[in-house]
This record gives sequence, structure tokens and C-alpha cells, in this order.
Amino acid sequence: MQPPPSAPVFLERRSYRQRRMMDAIRLLPLVGLLLWLLPTLWAATDSDGVEPVRMSQAIVYVFGVWVCLILSAGTLWRYLKGSDDDAGTTESAVKTDPK
Amino acid sequence: MKKRVLLVEDEPNIIEAITFLLSREGWHVDTQKDGATAVKRVRELQPDLLMLDHMLPGKSGLDILKELRSDDQFKSLPILMLTARGQMRDRAEAEAAGVSRFMTKPFSNTEVLAAVRDLMRN
Amino acid sequence: MASINLLIAVCLIYVTFLFLVAFAAERAAAQGRGNWLRSPLVYTLSLSIYCTAWTFYGAVGYAARSGMEFVTIYLGPSLVMIGWWWFLRKLVRVGRTQRVTSVADLISSRYGKSNVLAIVVTVMAVIGVTPYIALQLQSVTLSLSIFSDPTGTTDGGMNLVSAGFWVALGLALFTVLFGTRNLNANERHNGVVIAIAVEAVVKLVALLAVGIFVVWGVAGGLSDMMIRIDNSEIGEWQVDGSRWTALTVLSGAAFLCLPRMFQVLVVENDDERHLHIASWAFPIYLMMMSLFVVPIAVVGLDLLPENSNPDLFVLTVPLSQGQGGLAILSFLGGFSSATSMVIVATLALSTMVSNHVVMPIWLSFQGQGATVSGDVRNVVIFARRVSILVIIALGYLYYRVSGGSGALAAIGLISFIGVAQFLPAMIGGIFWRGGTRVGALTGLLVGFAIWIYTSLLPSFGPDVVLSSTLLEQGPFGIGWLRPQALFGIKGIDPTVHAVLWSLLLNTSGFILGSLISFPKPLERLQGAQFVNVFAHSGHAHGWSGSAAQSEDLMVMAQRILGGPEAQKLFRREAQNQGHDRYLPEPTPDFLQRVEREMSASVGAATAHAMISQLVGGASVSVQDLMAVADESAQMLEYSNQLEAKSSELLDTARQLRDVNAKLTQISVQKDAFLSQISHELRTPMTSIRSFSEILRDGNELKPTEQTKYASIIHVEAIRLTRLLDDLLDLSVLENGQVSLNSARGTLADVIGHAVTTTQAGAAKSIKIDMSGLDPEIELHTDLDRLAQVFINLISNAQKYCKSSEPELSISALKTENVICVFFTDNGLPIPIETHALIFEKFSRINDQDGSGAGLGLAICREIMVRLGGGIDYVTFEGGNRFEVRIPN
Repeated sequence: MQPPPSAPVFLERRSYRQRRMMDAIRLLPLVGLLLWLLPTLWAATDSDGVEPVRMSQAIVYVFGVWVCLILSAGTLWRYLKGSDDDAGTTESAVKTDPK
Repeated sequence: MKKRVLLVEDEPNIIEAITFLLSREGWHVDTQKDGATAVKRVRELQPDLLMLDHMLPGKSGLDILKELRSDDQFKSLPILMLTARGQMRDRAEAEAAGVSRFMTKPFSNTEVLAAVRDLMRN
Repeated sequence: MASINLLIAVCLIYVTFLFLVAFAAERAAAQGRGNWLRSPLVYTLSLSIYCTAWTFYGAVGYAARSGMEFVTIYLGPSLVMIGWWWFLRKLVRVGRTQRVTSVADLISSRYGKSNVLAIVVTVMAVIGVTPYIALQLQSVTLSLSIFSDPTGTTDGGMNLVSAGFWVALGLALFTVLFGTRNLNANERHNGVVIAIAVEAVVKLVALLAVGIFVVWGVAGGLSDMMIRIDNSEIGEWQVDGSRWTALTVLSGAAFLCLPRMFQVLVVENDDERHLHIASWAFPIYLMMMSLFVVPIAVVGLDLLPENSNPDLFVLTVPLSQGQGGLAILSFLGGFSSATSMVIVATLALSTMVSNHVVMPIWLSFQGQGATVSGDVRNVVIFARRVSILVIIALGYLYYRVSGGSGALAAIGLISFIGVAQFLPAMIGGIFWRGGTRVGALTGLLVGFAIWIYTSLLPSFGPDVVLSSTLLEQGPFGIGWLRPQALFGIKGIDPTVHAVLWSLLLNTSGFILGSLISFPKPLERLQGAQFVNVFAHSGHAHGWSGSAAQSEDLMVMAQRILGGPEAQKLFRREAQNQGHDRYLPEPTPDFLQRVEREMSASVGAATAHAMISQLVGGASVSVQDLMAVADESAQMLEYSNQLEAKSSELLDTARQLRDVNAKLTQISVQKDAFLSQISHELRTPMTSIRSFSEILRDGNELKPTEQTKYASIIHVEAIRLTRLLDDLLDLSVLENGQVSLNSARGTLADVIGHAVTTTQAGAAKSIKIDMSGLDPEIELHTDLDRLAQVFINLISNAQKYCKSSEPELSISALKTENVICVFFTDNGLPIPIETHALIFEKFSRINDQDGSGAGLGLAICREIMVRLGGGIDYVTFEGGNRFEVRIPN
């Protein structure tokens, strides 16, 4: 599917900002995944010589990431609420093209 | 000896006109209105020229033509056919059946006379 | 200390309350007051059925055993929700546009509406989810038992089995009552959803209450709690990296694939914008559900005896502190988690079982599959209800047989791995057009087989299903086939092992199968529809309303929805738009609403195409039309309409042949007519031309000849004029362009006028006898036209009556509706073989001198037909008789 012929190449400021917000929404889960997979690198109890990460630190880290993700997602939602998801749809049509 | 022409035609005024024209040229003109007995009349009169209308009561001019041409005796008889229907197909059929000359009504007198002279020359 | 009786009473009150809430919601929805039922909040809360009794009780137990690892079960879904834009958005859109009813429906629909796939998915789902349902029953009965024996070490003497039975029965009743009220599985189950939302609040409040009590009531504050945690036996990070990753991925996958999650995420979704809100709201819920898990576990480990069941710390910790009320609240939380999960899971499974297993079987038993009529609805509902009972019975049976063994978390994980096998087919289905039915089937079966072999069967323990030698040495001693060390790779955690190999081989099977097979047209079509769902589907691109007419929309909606329904819809919209006009403006929103309403009746694809046609925009694509064609084709396939259609086609073809023959005939007639006219025109012109040339050139003509030839020209010119007059007259009559001037008069007058006209200037005279004419007969018709007919008949008699004493007698006969006038002459009768031609054009039956064109009688016939009467020829002994009928 090609983008609608009327879609301009350059967007006015507002639309441009919306597009970037959509980019952020797409990026967010990847950031979350990365941050939440970091603990796999942490030293565990049975690793020799290294002081293991304390449980309280682990809790603070995991829940801290959680809160950040939720706040970011909520903020992005508030930002895009007014403007529906037109911009995103147009791009998705391009992106999901199988060929 | 005058040349003899048999005119097979059902319109009285056309008979009158052609008779007048050919008589003036020195022909002896016999007339025949009915299509059904036309072939018999040809055999009786043995004319030098046959003028045949396409649409005749009793038998169509085309059928008369075909019957005559199927007889060896009349293979080379000059036959001038006249039609008022003006259809290309009629001309094609008549030529296929061996007509000597095909003319569409209304004709000019000079045309008819020229055609008759032409047919007699060959 | 709460007594067991009090607990049961609380339970009953709570369940009654849920029933009332569900009932009120259904009523509100039925009365159109249900907008609040479709709020994003309710949608978000309904997603909480992800948190079952397993997560409510089991998470704490999990934390007590393995520390922080429990949180992965929440991390996966949180990531999926935050990443809604990637996958859920498309899944929900596909589900809504294709009106998908379940996971099985989604997969089967995507891969060419294959029923085999649907059955495979259904069976897999039932096998995968049954232990999970058993788990819920187990947790409820276990928690009941705690109240009779707070240490949680024994069964406490109460009859767990019968308690389980009653719980199962109650759940089945609730599900049947609120889950099968209407046939349309795609409609929201308002009662169920609202009950789940209420239960979601209850379980969150319960867990938070226990958590707050533990942190501030027992541990003495947040910082004290943290110290306590660090000093506990789970105070150090002890998570295995591979398990952490695998479980996060697994829980995310299960979140998408679990039949109950699909039900609330996709099927019960009413507005795609709710998904965006839930993308951050649901992670909040998950975070709060897990916030106090570690503190509760730590406090439980501290306070309770060594052999206490950590799965029940949520109950036993408050109980041990003498907080009976808190314990009951906590119990209700667990109870809510269990019941909501069972209800929705059963609902989802029963839809799958009835739609993909029971109905096809029932239809095949009906023989002529599609001739079934209206009672299908009842059959479907009955099948769903039976399926619900059977599924819950299966869960109960599993619970009885397994005897409530094993840690809650372990059973839950096994179930997760089972349903996660749907993921490759799902993701591949909506992102990759190349995915085929063969590929999906291969992947599913391979994944499922590996799941059973590496996860389900070993979970029963050594020597239950799989012998311990098989577990240790592989089947027939083949080492690389060991269930927990496939391909000789040892040392992987069993869960990670099962996740890894089942999903890896599943995906490989799917891709390979898709690459080497060739899809059927329907698969390719559906593939395009699913993958390109945003390119041509309802919501986002919207309708540009200006082109659609409200009137057309109304007409169409009435046809599809029925008159009253459609009128209600339109009136409500008009009121919303704030004007009292009957028809609302066709705004894009409104168009969408109409489309949605219609799609409930005729299917999404058809409704979409219909609206597209009205809007006339470019929004209807070839795929849409093909989808419609395909739907129609499928309907035809199942009905004997096919036969009717083919005979209809034959009929049409025959009619076409007839029309063609008629046209050919008309063309022939036209040719004949034209050459006739040509002949009639050329003949007089021949004489005119010939004689005028003779007159022009002939100097030696006698005066008598000149006069004669000139008069011939004159006569022929008149003949020509008359012919043209007749032709025009006939043409006018035949085309029906003639205007009739009706007037009153007597028949005698009209005939008298005709006789006078014909006899004036006639060459031959004929004797006319009018003695049989009643002078009193009155007429009301076009008298001039009638006179024209009479003149024609009289002059024909005059011209053609060959008799020594030609005589024409005119008589009339009046009956009630018709006046008959007879013209009888004593001439030669017309030959019988030409009777049929008398009234045809150019048929000059008796015309020997050729003065007539043969149109007179044809004109007479036309006139009489126009006057509403007729004319006939009757052979009469010794003459001819024309009979003219005039309507009275």
C-alpha cells in the first residue's frame, strides 16, 4: 500500500511533533525490555567473590523502571489524545507492507 | 428482320415507356406481365433480348433467370434485369445467376438504350 | 477467628452481589444506558483476569521460593501493553474488522478459514487451559480449608472435594447465565465484563490491604521493611538469567495467546482508543498487584512455621496476626481472581468448542448442511452451554485426579507454555502474508507435541506418565530424545528448555511449512486482509461523509437492520447532532456507527463494502469486493441455492437467445420493409423519369402522345404522393404518436360521410345498400379516423369488386360492449392462402393495376387497434366481408 497521494513530504510543526511522539511510543517497549533484561547480568548469590545485588535494590530498580515506563506511556497518551492516530496510521500502512 | 425483345414487366406505364423507346430504335417489342408463364413465353418467342423485372407476380425475375440459364439453349441469351428494390444483395444474386446486365430503376432512357446496344454488339 | 460458615455466607453474599451487578449491567445495556459500561476504565479492569488465583496466591509463594523471579509474570504483559502499538493495535483491528470470536477463529480465519486449524487450536486450548481451571478450583478450596486450619499444613478435615464441586457448579451457573445470553459471540457480554471489573477492584484492594498491613502493621514502615527483606532468606539476587528472560517472553506471549485474554482484549473491545489508555493503565494495575508480593512473602517466611504453604501466605499472615476481617477480604480477593478467570476462560473456550467442533459436527449430521433454518441459534446457544458445563467438569475432574498437588506457579507455567504455541501462527498471520495453512498447522502441531513431551508429561513427576528411565535416558535409550534435554543439550532449566525448544521448533515448522507449501486463493486473500488491515479497514481512515446521502443510508440500513431498529439509530443520531430533522447528517462518525451496526447482521466485510458504495470514495478496495464475493461464495456452497442459480442462469440465457432471435427477425423485417418501400417509390419514379425524358427529347411527338405521356406522369406523381401520405400515416399510427379526438356522433352519419367521399369522382360506381343500418346507433370515438377506415373499405370494394353488378351492403350490430359494422361485397372471394396477409403492409392481394401501395388495410388495422376495437376479414359465400368492431 502506498501512502495517500495527498500526504506531503514535509509536515507542519504540529504534525511533525506528533510523528515523533509516535516514534517514541514505538520505541518505549524496546527501552523497557532492555532495562528489564539488565538484571540478567547482575551477580547472583552463587557467583564467586562478587557481592550479590541486594533484594531491596532489585525491587527499587524493577519498580523504578516500571514507574518510568508507565509515566512515559501516560504522558505520550496525553500528548496524542487530542489528535487521534491519523499520522500513525498513515505510516503504519507503509511500514506493514509485506513486500 | 426486326430484332425481337421480350419485356417481362408488370407495371403498365413502364411497359409503355420501354415499348416506346425500343420501338423507336427499331425493335419488335413483346410484353409479358405474369412471371409464372414467362419462361414458356421465352421458349415460344425465342427473343434476341430479354428484359426482366425483378419483382413479378407469380414468379420472381431471379427464378426466371436461373431457370433460363440452366437451359443450354438460353446460356448466351442477353438478359437485362431491372429492379426497383435497390438492394446490393439482389445484384449479387443476379450476377451469380448469370445475368448479362443489371439496372436499378429509375433509369434514364439513354442508359437503357446504351445498355441494349452494348448487349447486342457482344 | 472467622468460622467456615461465616466465610461461606460471605461468599454467597458476594456472589449474589456479583449476580446483581451483572444483571443490572445487562439491563442498562439493553435499555441503551450502557455507555459507562464501555469506558476505558472497565476495559482496563477487565484485562485483570490475567491475574488469576495463581498470581493472587501463587505469586507470594513463588517469591518465597525463588525471590524476584515471580515478577517476570507481570513484566511480560506490561511490555506487551506498553508496546501496544506494535502488536495489540493490529490484533484488535484485525479482530474487529474480521469480527473474530476467539483465538481459534483468528487463526482459522487467517489461514483460509480452515476448520482443521480451528479444531487443532481448540483442542490445544482446552488441553492447555483445563489444568489452569483445576488450579483455580484448587486455590479456592485450599483457601477455604485454611480457615479451619490456620497453619495450612493439613486439609483441616473439611471436605475439599465437595467444596470444589459446589464452587465449580456455581461458576458454571454464572457463566451459563451471563455468558450465553446472546448468540453473537462478537457482542460484548456486558454483565460478565462488569462483574469481572468489580472483581478486579476487589482483588486489587484485597492484596493492597494485606500488603499495607504487612508493611506498616507488621514490619513497621517502608525502610524497616527493606531491611527485613535484605535480611530474609530471599534477600539476595538469586535469579537465573535464562529463566528471567524466558519467563518474561513466555508471560508476554501467554498474555496474547490465552483464550480468556483474547476474549477481553480483542472480542470484548468496544473502542480501539481504550487500548491506548489501557497501555499505561493496565501496567499500573499489574505493578500494584506485585508491589507487596515480596514484603508479604518475607513476612510470611518470618512469622509462620517452617512447613507452612507459602502459596497461602496472603491468607495465613493476616490470620496469624488475628486480623480475621482482613483475611476474609483477602479470601474474597482470591475468590474473585479464581472465579473471574474461570468464567471468562470457560466462555472463550465454549465459544471455540461450539463454533469449531460442535457446530460442524451437528451440521454434518444434518446432511444437507445449509438447509437448516431458524433454529440454528438455539442449537448454538445450547452447544455453548453444554460446552461450558463440560469444560468446567473437565477442570473439576483434573482437580480430583491430580488431587491438588504441586505448587500453583508450576501448573500455571505449564499452561502458559501450552498456549504460547499459538504465538508464531498469530504473529506470522498478521505480519507475514507468506504464512500458509500448512505452515501454521505444522508449527502448531510440532510445538504442541514438544510441549506435551517436554513440559506437560514430565510435570506429573517420574513414573506417573513417563517412566523415570525414559526421563533420564530417553525413549528406547536414545539419549538426545530425553524430554528435558532434547538434542543432548543438558543443563538447561526444564521450563526454559520447554519454552526454547517448543517455540523454536514451532516457529521453524511454521516458516518452513509456509515456504514450501502454496496457499489456496482464500488463504492469500485472508492473508492480505489481515496483514494490510490498516490499509483498508474501518476506523482510522474514516469515511468522508459528504458523498453519502442520508436517504440512501437510511434505505440501506432499513434493509439490513429492519425498519424500527434503523429508525431508532437515525433518530438518536439526529438528536445527538442537535437538530430535529428526521435524518442526521452523514458525518464520518455516524457512517462508522451505521457500518458497525450493520456488520453485526451481515458481517464486517459486506457492511464495509456497502457503505463504501454509498460513500463512493476510493475506500472500497479490490480486496473488499473479493472478500464479499468470497463470503457469498461460501454461503452458496452450503446451500442448494447453487442449483437454483444455475437454472436461473439457463433461464436468463434462454431469454437472451429469444431476444436475439427477435432482434434478428426485426432486422430481417426492417430490411424487407425498406426494400418494399424502395420498390414502391422507384416504380412510379421510373415511369415519371422515362416519360419526362421522352417529352424533353421528343420533337417529333404527336400532340395526342404528348398529352398521354404527360397524364401518365401526372398519375404516377399522384400515386407517389399518396404512397408517401400513407407511409407517414402508418408510421404515426404504429409509433402511437397519434392523438385521438374523441367525439359523439351517430354511426349513420359517419358512414354517410364516407360514402359521399368515395363516390365523388370515382371511376367505377358500386351500388351501396345501407338498409341493414340502424340509424339510432351512437358512437363515442375519433369519428374522423373511423371515417378514414370506412372510406378505405368502401373504395377498396369499388376498385376491386369484380362483379357484373357490384354491390356493397353495409350493416351494423350493437351489443353491450361492442358495435360491429359489416362491409359485404359480392365480388370474387380473396384466395384463402392469402387471408393471413390481407392486413400486412404492401400486400396487394387484388391489386391488378398496381395503383395502390398496399398500405390501406394496414392503416385500417392500426387505426382500429388505436380506437380500442379491431378489424377482421371473413370469407363470405359469394363475396368478401370486412368486420369492423368499435368499442361501445
